[in-house]
Amino acid sequence: MITREPRYQLPARGPAGHLGRHMLALVGNSGRAVIMLGEAIWCLRYVFTRRSRQAIVTQMYVGGIKSLGVITVVAAFTGMILALQTGLEMRRFGQEVYIGAAVMVSMLREMGPFMTGLILAASVGAAIAAQMGTMTVSEEIAALEVMSINPVRFLVMPRLVALAVMTPLLSFYSCILGVIGGGVVGLTQLGVPWGAYVDNATRFVENKDLYVGMLKAFLFGILIVTIACHQGFSATQGAVGVGNATRRTVIVCFLSILICGYIVTRVFYV
Amino acid sequence: MIRMEGVRKWLGGKLVLDGIDLEIRRGETLVIVGPSGTGKSVTLRHMVRLMTPDDGRVWIENEVVSEAHGTALERLRRRFGVLFQSGALLEWLTVGENVALRLREEGRLTEAEIERRVMEKLDLVGLGPDCNKFPSEISGGMRKRAALARAIVHQPEIILYDEPTSGLDPVSSRTIDALIKTMNRELGVTSVVVTHDLHSALSIGNRIAMLFNGHIVAMAGPDDFIRSEQPVVRQFLEAQFITRKGAWEH
Repeated sequence: MITREPRYQLPARGPAGHLGRHMLALVGNSGRAVIMLGEAIWCLRYVFTRRSRQAIVTQMYVGGIKSLGVITVVAAFTGMILALQTGLEMRRFGQEVYIGAAVMVSMLREMGPFMTGLILAASVGAAIAAQMGTMTVSEEIAALEVMSINPVRFLVMPRLVALAVMTPLLSFYSCILGVIGGGVVGLTQLGVPWGAYVDNATRFVENKDLYVGMLKAFLFGILIVTIACHQGFSATQGAVGVGNATRRTVIVCFLSILICGYIVTRVFYV
Repeated sequence: MIRMEGVRKWLGGKLVLDGIDLEIRRGETLVIVGPSGTGKSVTLRHMVRLMTPDDGRVWIENEVVSEAHGTALERLRRRFGVLFQSGALLEWLTVGENVALRLREEGRLTEAEIERRVMEKLDLVGLGPDCNKFPSEISGGMRKRAALARAIVHQPEIILYDEPTSGLDPVSSRTIDALIKTMNRELGVTSVVVTHDLHSALSIGNRIAMLFNGHIVAMAGPDDFIRSEQPVVRQFLEAQFITRKGAWEH
């Protein structure tokens, strides 16, 4: 059951009591989020029903296609900044021709998935949390449960599939744009010919960089949906509760993306 | 049909239900009244296991709903239709799609049969022409009627109404009252209505139960209820200008 009863606890005594309360809440919330994710994965067996397919396509459009504009701008400028910063330093050693490799590797390994994750967390994640929170406080989730419609299957699973597919695609798109942006800066600001830039960009990159970057983006997509839905379902106390759930979603998503990104890098590159 | 045995519930450090014993007979309309915050909606939520009692049990015929899980709970919930206080319609679906949602998710009926049933229920509540409107495009009273159509579309045996007339103007309130009576007369369902609108309660209820401080302090038919000598009941009646002779006579 997603609908949960309000829990009452006696006031905590002292700083240690407060810290203990927060730690217990953290463990409890993490556990509930993981259980919800497990249930959503179990609900993947309904992924090919007509309604699920429609819901997934809608969520792909809402979560993915509608984010293209902001991702385009952010990715292009990220590549341009990367190229300019590394290019200016490398020019001191006469090595600015290698900025293609620096931009390509940075974008594929880290910046592409990372920037995409942050943008989706702030836009799509916040929107999901606000929607789920509003549905929770206005009893729509309870209404679904009473109608024997599993909210995890009905609401979480389509969003999970949509973002698990769209985040790697958007990440790849942002990498391409970042590399193009870097190339433009190389050509116009640093005097690196386009051919040399592309040659260096493709020579030093490995397939592993692409796969690991895509894996990161895939994990970020899952994290965003899980955190946003869980926070939304936990919302209480009307509009204030929805606002708190949205704020917590963005913060927890940012932290989780950073930590997850580090762990994946550590596992594959050390 | 529904039986609550010694149900106790603590919420926010307060004992909201203190050993509620209640029996609702098949086909009757029981109205639970009482001041705000006395646990009327909490009582209702226990019947569909949106809440679990800290002590005691809730029975639906021979099954304990308060301990049901998984498919058993789903099967029990199929016997219910619930009208939530806010209507709880999904905002991104039209009125027709909201009403059809349960049937489409169950997947047991053809699309043509679903459409037929949806229109039948929407016509019953007077919303046939509005089936393609979104909830944000209709009034509060219409939202409640749409929610009622959704609650009855699968032909439940029991309908729970949580404050069906709250926030509505008197004319819309009486329309909802008339619909509740129609449901009972035409569909033969068992109804439990939670309200603090005594005019509505006296009009639709076969029996009225008054909840106060976690206890049921009075339970009687409408005629006996307005003649009750219980001080709490008298105070509640007189606050709504209802005397022993009837409503509005003072």
